[in-house]
Amino acid sequence: MNHLYRVTLVEARLLAREPAPWLAGLLLPTIVLLAVGALFPPQGPDSALGGQRYLDLFAPSMVVLSLAALGVNTLPGRLARYRERGVLRRLSTTPASPAALLAAQLIVNSAVAIAAVVLLIAVGNVAFAVPIPKDLIGFAAAFMLGMSSLFALGLLVAAIAPTTGAASAMFLPLFVAVMFLGGVYLPRWLLPDVIVRIGDFAPPGVQSLLSAWSGTPLDLLPLGVMAAITVVAGAVAARSFRWE
Amino acid sequence: MRRARPLTHASGMETVIDVQHVTKSYGDRRVVDDVSLQVGEGEIVAILGPNGAGKTTLVESIAGLRTPDSGQIRVLGLDPRADRSALRQLVGVQLQESALPDNLRVSEALDLYASFYSNPADWRALLAGLGLEAVQKSRFAKLSGGQKQRLSIALALVGNPRVVVLDELTTGLDPQARRDTWELIEATRERGVTILLVTHFMEEAERLADRIALIDGGRLVALDTPDGIVRRVDAGQHVRFRPSAPFDESILTGLAEVRSITRSGSTITVAGDGNLVLAVTAALARNGIVANDLRIHQADLDDAFIALTGRRLAS
Repeated sequence: MNHLYRVTLVEARLLAREPAPWLAGLLLPTIVLLAVGALFPPQGPDSALGGQRYLDLFAPSMVVLSLAALGVNTLPGRLARYRERGVLRRLSTTPASPAALLAAQLIVNSAVAIAAVVLLIAVGNVAFAVPIPKDLIGFAAAFMLGMSSLFALGLLVAAIAPTTGAASAMFLPLFVAVMFLGGVYLPRWLLPDVIVRIGDFAPPGVQSLLSAWSGTPLDLLPLGVMAAITVVAGAVAARSFRWE
Repeated sequence: MRRARPLTHASGMETVIDVQHVTKSYGDRRVVDDVSLQVGEGEIVAILGPNGAGKTTLVESIAGLRTPDSGQIRVLGLDPRADRSALRQLVGVQLQESALPDNLRVSEALDLYASFYSNPADWRALLAGLGLEAVQKSRFAKLSGGQKQRLSIALALVGNPRVVVLDELTTGLDPQARRDTWELIEATRERGVTILLVTHFMEEAERLADRIALIDGGRLVALDTPDGIVRRVDAGQHVRFRPSAPFDESILTGLAEVRSITRSGSTITVAGDGNLVLAVTAALARNGIVANDLRIHQADLDDAFIALTGRRLAS
């Protein structure tokens, strides 16, 4: 446990020294929300959108943007590089397992994701009166499950990709799919029903985030799917992870 | 004194590394072929051999990073795979092709690694011993190849290990840094640490090792003291000279020290052993002959290596 603590501290320090990769995950969601809100000032409830403002519906997709950037890009990219450079190999000769480094990376990236969401909610609320999630506990649960499912998928790719180059080649389609299904490229109310339905069950589960945000009852099935993806992808990643 | 050590380590010395009939193949290529060797406590054993001889695979198996296909390994009585976590506290390893994150500072790396061990060494003293004080605030990516190498050695020693495995210890170091590193290794051994080092530098093996394990094509070709290995090839000595006047060869062939005489033009080469030079020059002097351009060649590890493996050690 002490090893994990020390490794996490060092990884956090390294992260602070190399902000470029994760800064997008932290700031981009808020920046995009500010830009969209400034270009199209929300005009109040829209009956075509079930009586909600478009910006309130769009905000959860910005959570997807943050999680995709961190979970399918920053996190696995760094792990693949650590493996390629022999950092994991070096660590595997010490009493600290390279698994500690994996865990530390999960922790620091989770911290960035949580900070990104807090920032997004705060800025959205102050700038455009986007409400604080009404079902806070449900939102936290949907967020944690969504994040872990996406991070587990990122780990899985990092585990099976033979090289950093191969990893990037595998991340890109996954990243694009997550962003598209999460309504980042096109607002979800403009997507065909079938895509929206798939998006409900695709990590990180944008519909669950939206439901909890707006205070409508959570559908448990998508949450269960996120949990299942976390367990399965996480277990396969842990079993197949190559340290060198 | 250490040169006098026998073929196997001295009896009464505790066996720290015990390798029995270890074999490892990658596909159908046999990389380590039935290797057995024992290393005693406080001993330095150098694994010497050309590139691709299987040295690294052998030490990585000893370090618990690879599982042999067959055979048995014990380090401090423990199985490197099954007792992995216990051994990690006791064995320091420096590997080829292992690195640190680019932006990690030297002092942070040592501080972090020291924290992994229950009884770590004073990393500041290690830093000084390896001449890394000036760069302790530098990031890993900014270090020169030699500095990275020395940091890697420091990380292998920071846990106060009882056994150290060093793979290509001084590759990439300039001659001065190499000698400094050798002194550090000797000082480490003075503290009773057992050291297994992989090298393809003859000079390094000769300088540091109590015994040398000569590996070629995955097989252990010889395991002996440096002198013992040289003696083993029985190359003896060669005395070469130009006689001041023709003479009857029988004045030399009759000597006990002389084994053979070959003539090439005006130059004569006498092969033999014992006090060959004195015997030859004395016999010539008795017959009024002067040996001009006298040269003596004594077999060394290089000759031994060529004799044992049929090839030269690339360096």
